[in-house]
Amino acid sequence: MSYGDSSIPRRRFDSLVIGAGGGGLRAALQLAQAEANVAVVSKVFPTRSHTVAAQGGMNAALANVLPDNWHWHMYDTVKGSDYLGDQDAIEYMCRAASHLVVELDHIGVPFSRLDNGKIYQRPFGGQSQNFGGEQAARTCAAADRTGHAILHSLYQQNIRAKTHFFDEFFAIDLIKDEEGYVLGALVLEIETGEPILIEAKTTLLATGGVGQLFRTNTNARINTGDGLAMALRAGIPAQDMEFFQFHPTGIAGKGMLITEGARGEGGYLLNNDGERFMERYAPNAKDLASRDVVSRAIYLEVREGRGCGPQGGYVHLKLDHLGTEVIKKRLPGIRDTIMTFLGIDPVESLIPVYPTTHYTMGGIPTNRFGQVVVPLQQSAEEPIPGLYAVGECACVSVHGANRLGGNSLLDIVVFGRAAGNHIIDFLKENRHHRAMNQEGVALALERLARWEKRGDGESVDELRQALQSAMEEYCGVFRQEDVLQQGVDKVLEIERRLADVTLKDQSKLFNTARIEALELENLVDIGVATVVSALARKESRGAHSRTDYPERDDEHWMKHTLFYKEGRKLDYKPVRTKPISVDSFPPKKRVY
Amino acid sequence: MRFSIYRFNPEADNEPYMQEFDLPDVNSEMMLLDALLRLKAMDETLTFRHSCGEGVCGSDGMNINGRNGLSCITPVFGLKEPVEIRPMPGLPVIRDLVVDMSQFYHQYRSVKPYLVVHDPEPEVEYLQTPEQREQLDGLYECILCGCCSTSCPSFWWNPDYFRGPAALLQAWRFLADSRDQATAERLDSLDGPYRLFRCHTIMNCTDVCPKGLNPTKAIGNIKKLMLKQMT
Repeated sequence: MSYGDSSIPRRRFDSLVIGAGGGGLRAALQLAQAEANVAVVSKVFPTRSHTVAAQGGMNAALANVLPDNWHWHMYDTVKGSDYLGDQDAIEYMCRAASHLVVELDHIGVPFSRLDNGKIYQRPFGGQSQNFGGEQAARTCAAADRTGHAILHSLYQQNIRAKTHFFDEFFAIDLIKDEEGYVLGALVLEIETGEPILIEAKTTLLATGGVGQLFRTNTNARINTGDGLAMALRAGIPAQDMEFFQFHPTGIAGKGMLITEGARGEGGYLLNNDGERFMERYAPNAKDLASRDVVSRAIYLEVREGRGCGPQGGYVHLKLDHLGTEVIKKRLPGIRDTIMTFLGIDPVESLIPVYPTTHYTMGGIPTNRFGQVVVPLQQSAEEPIPGLYAVGECACVSVHGANRLGGNSLLDIVVFGRAAGNHIIDFLKENRHHRAMNQEGVALALERLARWEKRGDGESVDELRQALQSAMEEYCGVFRQEDVLQQGVDKVLEIERRLADVTLKDQSKLFNTARIEALELENLVDIGVATVVSALARKESRGAHSRTDYPERDDEHWMKHTLFYKEGRKLDYKPVRTKPISVDSFPPKKRVY
Repeated sequence: MRFSIYRFNPEADNEPYMQEFDLPDVNSEMMLLDALLRLKAMDETLTFRHSCGEGVCGSDGMNINGRNGLSCITPVFGLKEPVEIRPMPGLPVIRDLVVDMSQFYHQYRSVKPYLVVHDPEPEVEYLQTPEQREQLDGLYECILCGCCSTSCPSFWWNPDYFRGPAALLQAWRFLADSRDQATAERLDSLDGPYRLFRCHTIMNCTDVCPKGLNPTKAIGNIKKLMLKQMT
């Protein structure tokens, strides 16, 4: 198989969106409605994107159930982020939230309803009224299938808007020119195995998170950080990659997600003594403390010998007191999952749960308009012309060191729309396609050609498993210097071994083995970014817990990490502590 | 455990064949997808779609011992051996268990599966009672896996004219939504001998739906509504 440059088919659009989850589809909808010519490239059919698996809901201070306003939501999000979130972006998101939920209702999302006909809202972790007071109920839900409901509605509206979809096309690399403009991307049609060059005046990365970096995770197999790795290879740093969220309630040993909404509806955790142990760790919020807090508590209970089961390896989530009606009406999806994978019914049985890798707080650095920003000559945050990123692959940063449940569905629609709007303005000022950079195309094609290498070598599957195990063992919930150093060594060794991996399947046609190889390259790049960033951060903040540096250190570490692939270089930039219009929330001790 | 799997790579094979596999150490916790992934680790040319692994993304519909289902939520224990796995029937095969779902998606898009409202938008949410919202349960949960339409004989014969159970379930999902205002247009577009009325209530769709949904009932509801509107 060889690719003469002239033989590559080309397509031209105003705007290219890579990824068809909620972020990509919300941006595409904005663009299509503004009559921009937009192409969405997705490696899976859009409704198979991982947004579909989001369960509990989307935060917005509608105050349909309890008193609420966006400013309280902002406070909770800043506190939840352990003061690493950028407060301008957080203000923007929380202010926009109510409008965007209403908009989703208007496009058909089947939200659950209250008796008065308004959207149902449930309590979720880390939510408070009046800046740290009573529990709030801020999470708008469609039973426990909110992501599914939102993703399908957004896809449906894109059908209506006649968005152009490239379904089952895999993005290989971004193409940049010498002035730094992004000109589009080289993509691979999975069915035929042929590369296609998509030229666009703007490119938006919306490729989701990297949960597949860890062995046990709640994520789909497709969550391999393709967009983030493309950005890294294009010389863009990855921001805050040491912050991975471990969700407290994955099914023990298997990883399937049990929504925080289960605790929002009144469920709670028990150790082997039958004790409701969260009361010790978070006297006020108890089981609805932030996810990092609850995950560490479970981990400690198990480590101190109070775990349940034959090996004492997990804790129990109790839902049986909620009653059949509540479980069937509010939590039908997780009931199905529990019955399918555990063969028990939460209506009558305790559920074994354990913290599981769930969400990538870090990602491609952006501002609140979705523009990808990097340190250049003038400042730490200069936009790369024509390049945007939103959602889990991006780092705005609204989640900082720990994301609140219900804020990720919000993040994707808020910043998907914001990026769409900014792109529309960009297109007005940049009316023509720039000249294609043939060298860039040739480089991207080399990445494909590398997998034509034949002969004996390690398999993709073996090396991926080695990477996932190493990340879990050396870069898990609790971290320390010597273990992280071993983790760096392990992952770098895996990076070296990657050069010798070969594919047995050399067919062009729907070659999933080749796709998995390209995904593994992406995972390895991000694995390196993660362990190197984690080793350097000598403090504990949010999801990054160092046993050798147990305290948060605002004086030295209230700053964002930037990791560059070239030379594995680290840089830092300040947290944007100044909101758009309100007073800043200064860091204080974080208790729940 | 023994498996017999449909293989066909048009690039290399003249015709499809069934390949036998023997997988050791199968345990009661394993789903069929786990078994397939282990087989793929041994033979990476074995090709199938999959992603979420928990029955919500709808990627891995396939025909398992003669019945359509999702491999990720089908326990291997209890399946008759050798487990015979084929692509979902009635659609063109691209490779092994991967089928070309274009016709299926085309029919889905044809029912205009999106909310249509003609009135000016209020600044708040549309009000919908819990009872009105309940009408959407059993409809909106569809994951577009294709198990139903590809087990429907009417869809096999007329995939270009008959909308098929999945698309008709979505047609009813919007007809049943108290917020939607396009009832007349939706019903008009389903009129005629093929689009809706090729359904002969064989009920394979409802029988195989991995999410426990009931397209046959939805189709019946559309027919009833049509009759009501005519009188």
